[in-house]
Amino acid sequence: MHRHVLFIALGLAVAPAISRSAPPESSLTVTAAWTRATPPGTRTGAGYLTIENRGPEDRLLSAESPRAGRVEIHGMSNTGGVMKMWPIKDGLVVPKGGQLSLAPGGTHLMLLELDRPIALGEKLPMVLRFEKAGVVEIELQVMPLGSKGPGSQPASRPGAAIR
Amino acid sequence: MNSRTSLFVLLGLGLIGLGVLGLGLKKRDEPRPSGPFSLTEVKSKAAFTDQNLRGQPTALFFGFTSCPDVCPTALVTAGKWLTALGPDADKLRFVFVTVDPERDTVEKLAEYLSAFDARILGLTGPRLEIERMCGNFGVVANKVPAGDSYNYEHTSLILLLDRSGTLVDSVDFEDREDKALGKLRALMAR
Repeated sequence: MHRHVLFIALGLAVAPAISRSAPPESSLTVTAAWTRATPPGTRTGAGYLTIENRGPEDRLLSAESPRAGRVEIHGMSNTGGVMKMWPIKDGLVVPKGGQLSLAPGGTHLMLLELDRPIALGEKLPMVLRFEKAGVVEIELQVMPLGSKGPGSQPASRPGAAIR
Repeated sequence: MNSRTSLFVLLGLGLIGLGVLGLGLKKRDEPRPSGPFSLTEVKSKAAFTDQNLRGQPTALFFGFTSCPDVCPTALVTAGKWLTALGPDADKLRFVFVTVDPERDTVEKLAEYLSAFDARILGLTGPRLEIERMCGNFGVVANKVPAGDSYNYEHTSLILLLDRSGTLVDSVDFEDREDKALGKLRALMAR
């Protein structure tokens, strides 16, 4: 009897894990994907996100958005009082069982030739291309100008959108 | 502590002070008021020269409107500081200077600055004049190709000038607000 209970308990514990074992193309989860509203008169923006990888090592090769003429992966540093930025041609490794984070003050997705300013209240569609996982479609949450991180809720004050 | 030791301690502190101020800025001679330059202030569309840096303390930030991260963040931060200073902010002039005058015209820079605190002024003008102004303060601004476009590596410190137009301190937009406000208040008290 006790042995049966033990088996049932084991079965219950294992079942959800098995049902969640994902096919290879969905071993990546993109979270905290966000960008900032942009000031008028500029056609550039920066996108940030975190990619969690439950599968083998992969590589973020490129990104594109219908709102931007081009999206480039850029490295950035702000040390010693000087800001530097450079294109990253070979993509970014998403380590096996680890994560890749793109955040302010560092590596980001540079949005170039925006068709119009990014406004609070919209969601910016983007396609990420990975070496193994292929294409992943995401939406960037738009945070106010000057934000340092994503919010848990969509921007709640569309009236404050950048003019 | 004898007088010689005091002298060395003072000398050491002085060197540390110069080192901190010198971060992100090219080596310069003795601090002195800005040399001549002539640019346009984009909101008033009036001339803005080195003479306009006198009479009132000034905070200067150099950047470009195509900069996606540091420049807008620094300008939003500057607006928060001005608000936190309250009425005292009227004693401070806050000026954004583009290092990319080819793309940042008077109209474009004025439009861009409309997204930030209305008290922030903007300067653009001929490249030579921008370079003269950068040279005055040891500001770094290097054009870097990026695909078929370009970016700038630039000094990201906010330079603090006393009422004679002399660079006396700097503040980083990433500094804690109380530290930054302390520096701004000290500048206004000079």
